[in-house]
Amino acid sequence: MLFTSLPFIVFVAALILVYYAFTPYKERWALLLMASLAFYFFADPRYLIFIGVTALTAYVFAIITEDYNAKRKAYLKANKESFDTDSKKKYKNTTARVTKLLMLLALLINLGILAVTKYTNFVIDTMNSWRTEPLSFVNIIVPMGISFYTFQTVSYSIDICRGTIKAQRNFLKFLLFVSFFPQLVQGPISRYEDLSQTLYEPKKFEFQNVSYGFMRILWGYFKKLVVADRLVIALKTLTESPDEYKGAYVFVVMMLYAAQLYCDFTGGIDITIGIAQMLGITVKENFNLPYFSKNIKEYWNRWHITMGTWFTDYIFYPLSVSPTMLKLSKWSRQHLGNAVGKRVTVYISCFAVWLATGIWHGAAWHFVVWGLMNFVVIMASQELEPVYAKFHGKFHLKEKKGYAIFEIARTFLLMSSLKLFDCYRDVGLTFKMFGSMFYTFNIGKLFNGSLLELGLTSADYEVAAIAIVFIFLVSLYKALIGEDIRVFLYQKYPLFVLVCVVLLVSTLVFGAYGAGFDASQFIYNQF
Amino acid sequence: MDELIEILKDLHSDVDFDTCTTLIDDKILDSFDIVSIVSEVNDRFDVAIPAKELVPENFNSAKALWDLISRLEED
Amino acid sequence: MKSMKELNKRDVLLPLCTIAGIALTVVSLWYLQRLLVPKYQRGVVEGSMIEEYYDDEKPHEVIFLGDCEVYENISTVALYRDYGISSYIRGSAQQLTWQSYYLLEDTLRYETPEVVVFNVLALKYGEPQSESYNRMTLDGMEWSMSKWNAIEASMTEDENMIDYIFPFLRYHSRWSELTAADYEHVMDKDPVTINGYYMRTDIMPEAVFPDPTPLVDYTLPETSMEYLERMAELCEQNGIELILIKAPTLYPYWYEQWDDQVRDFADAHNLTYINYIYLRDQIGLDMTVDTYDAGLHLNLTGAEKFADFIGQYLTDSFDLTDYREVPEVARLWEDDILFYDQLRDAQNAELAQYGELRSWGANAIES
Repeated sequence: MLFTSLPFIVFVAALILVYYAFTPYKERWALLLMASLAFYFFADPRYLIFIGVTALTAYVFAIITEDYNAKRKAYLKANKESFDTDSKKKYKNTTARVTKLLMLLALLINLGILAVTKYTNFVIDTMNSWRTEPLSFVNIIVPMGISFYTFQTVSYSIDICRGTIKAQRNFLKFLLFVSFFPQLVQGPISRYEDLSQTLYEPKKFEFQNVSYGFMRILWGYFKKLVVADRLVIALKTLTESPDEYKGAYVFVVMMLYAAQLYCDFTGGIDITIGIAQMLGITVKENFNLPYFSKNIKEYWNRWHITMGTWFTDYIFYPLSVSPTMLKLSKWSRQHLGNAVGKRVTVYISCFAVWLATGIWHGAAWHFVVWGLMNFVVIMASQELEPVYAKFHGKFHLKEKKGYAIFEIARTFLLMSSLKLFDCYRDVGLTFKMFGSMFYTFNIGKLFNGSLLELGLTSADYEVAAIAIVFIFLVSLYKALIGEDIRVFLYQKYPLFVLVCVVLLVSTLVFGAYGAGFDASQFIYNQF
Repeated sequence: MDELIEILKDLHSDVDFDTCTTLIDDKILDSFDIVSIVSEVNDRFDVAIPAKELVPENFNSAKALWDLISRLEED
Repeated sequence: MKSMKELNKRDVLLPLCTIAGIALTVVSLWYLQRLLVPKYQRGVVEGSMIEEYYDDEKPHEVIFLGDCEVYENISTVALYRDYGISSYIRGSAQQLTWQSYYLLEDTLRYETPEVVVFNVLALKYGEPQSESYNRMTLDGMEWSMSKWNAIEASMTEDENMIDYIFPFLRYHSRWSELTAADYEHVMDKDPVTINGYYMRTDIMPEAVFPDPTPLVDYTLPETSMEYLERMAELCEQNGIELILIKAPTLYPYWYEQWDDQVRDFADAHNLTYINYIYLRDQIGLDMTVDTYDAGLHLNLTGAEKFADFIGQYLTDSFDLTDYREVPEVARLWEDDILFYDQLRDAQNAELAQYGELRSWGANAIES
């Protein structure tokens, strides 16, 4: 189900009404669970089996682990006298090992389901490229949002193993954590410790929450319908005939896609967080003005934040501080010198993270290459840091205001170039198209009306441009004042209402929806 | 403690680690730095910091980090 | 104390502003909807026909139902002027049989005519045809169960009821192509017909039509025949005389096999069916001068001749009121006649000046 489909909007409106008007405060989580299951059921009843199995696995293993740990601990406490330091340590180690084993088993099942549903055909396709007798593809359904909810259960299982959270004993409540519907479409990837704080006992009806949430939803629809779904039409034309649109057009693709993806993705997150907020539930932010980043590392701390922190917490850290890695680090420092040795662990872990990030984004080689390109760029900028430092030491450019803008523009262009992999969806083609920017000099072509043949009229471009400027100004407000503009507007409530009306009406008028416009699927939908 | 400060100074010479309590929150230390610190601490103090301890609360200040190391040494 | 007061003030302010905001949204959307829907004032005017009925205050003893074969071929003013018959053509472009049925239901909410005349050409369509024709017929109807059912019966695969309930959703992308006419006619529109009659005074002689292509199956579709049946029932229940006609124009081709089926239907239901194709000479049609588009539709002279012929039949067969004798109705008709004559003169003046019509028909672009 799409965020922009009428049934979805009616569904959410009805839910909010029933939630506050007819559901006792203590039972509201149950209504949310029913709504989430219904959401899945209407999308495809078979999805329920997948999400049910995944939730049940994580749930059962968590309880077994916790009970086992508690029992062992109690035993240790009760029989304190019979243990000496050594045997105590041994006993504890056994506990830790079994706990870890249980966790790995849970991960094996849940990541296994993800791997089989999402990646089987990718593997077959890859194998076919060197087999003489091609294997036929298998027909497996990819449950909606499987990457998001699987990652949520994986982090839950790991946190249980680490002992940083308490297991949820009520299966239905746990199922709600896994299936909470607003985040099944485009994320974010919530952690149990964050979401559980408000999911089961949401805030009671609060006018401010509902108002903030409502405006956030409108803002999301505005970005999505007025900008993203409009630009996608031109992007489709440009990327479907790459031979025709080379050189300067590739730059146009970069710019349009940067705007389109941003509006589509952050718009979807706005809708998700807005719905949750209207329900009195706090969902973690997933973006923090990513296009204002001054370097690529910062960019990845601000774009799709919950995914970034997930990979850091559950792949990068465990891998780089694992005993093997620490040994490797020591060894390489002794044998390869301090400079190289220091880098080995970070390089290996970082490589693993970006490989996984690429694969996570989609079952296709261009995503893998995209992930690895990110790795290359991050490592290059890391290595260049001393050079920059020297440079700045000499020229003192850093203090100048213009330099910050240069850094922002540089990062934006770099990240937009990498996104070309996602536009052309073919590694070779992407490199070819990127290269064509430098040898096909056809900038003049952009100004002879050819941009009006991409499926958008000049009025479309004007509306999109005005909307983008508007979005930019709102972002700038947050960057400069450091506060969401809603806070300011809410203090002047009539203005708040007026802005809501303007957003709603202009989205309805200028949105690219209905006949004549193809409702484009959310880019992150099958994740 | 002094040895720890030394490790930190090696990474960022321009930061006053004695007083700063927002090393993570203000993004002074990034994930690469943290991994370097863990590796150095492992070398010099022979303390292995497990992944579950790599949370902002333990790295926001040199003091917090020192407490963490002391706690892990006791175990 | 002061903060308490502030709090109370805000307690009132918040709901009040919210309600004002909702009201403002509704009003803006209502206005924008009126602004954004096509106005059908020039060029393609067929979309305005259905709604004009509701503004007409006169009683109507004869109601015509059907497509262009009624609204372009029968002069309602001639019927009145020569026979005193007060009639209305509830016609629209490619009006499908179920649409005619529901328009009859809709008409009965306002008045019960003596006679309903249905043109049978549309019986050949058993399926919804095109969104734009649907829109031109259905958007103008006032809301009732009849409209709802008409929409349900008419929608093509890609259409949604919600787009009919809120035409805004269907037409919102017209924001970039709004013309002066759209702003001018937000609140009220100019009439494009006289009691449902669409006038053309230009002339283009009848051409030779291509031979009819043989069909695989000549059976008229079940759906349309079913609605014809329902139409007959509805007329009977209301004591209305239903007359089936085929207009005297030759194209689109009206197959003999279809003619037979309609005749059988009429016989079985004790209805009158008149195929005017066979009566062209009696009507006095001269197709070198009585058509404006090479024989597809009649022009003013043709429509007046045809109206005279039908009028004679109606007067002879039914006990209809001569509204020329009813002053309060006659006064209203006088206004229509005035408009009719002015329209004719204006079209003729344009013909004299340019040799063709520029403000009416396909040449006229909405500006």
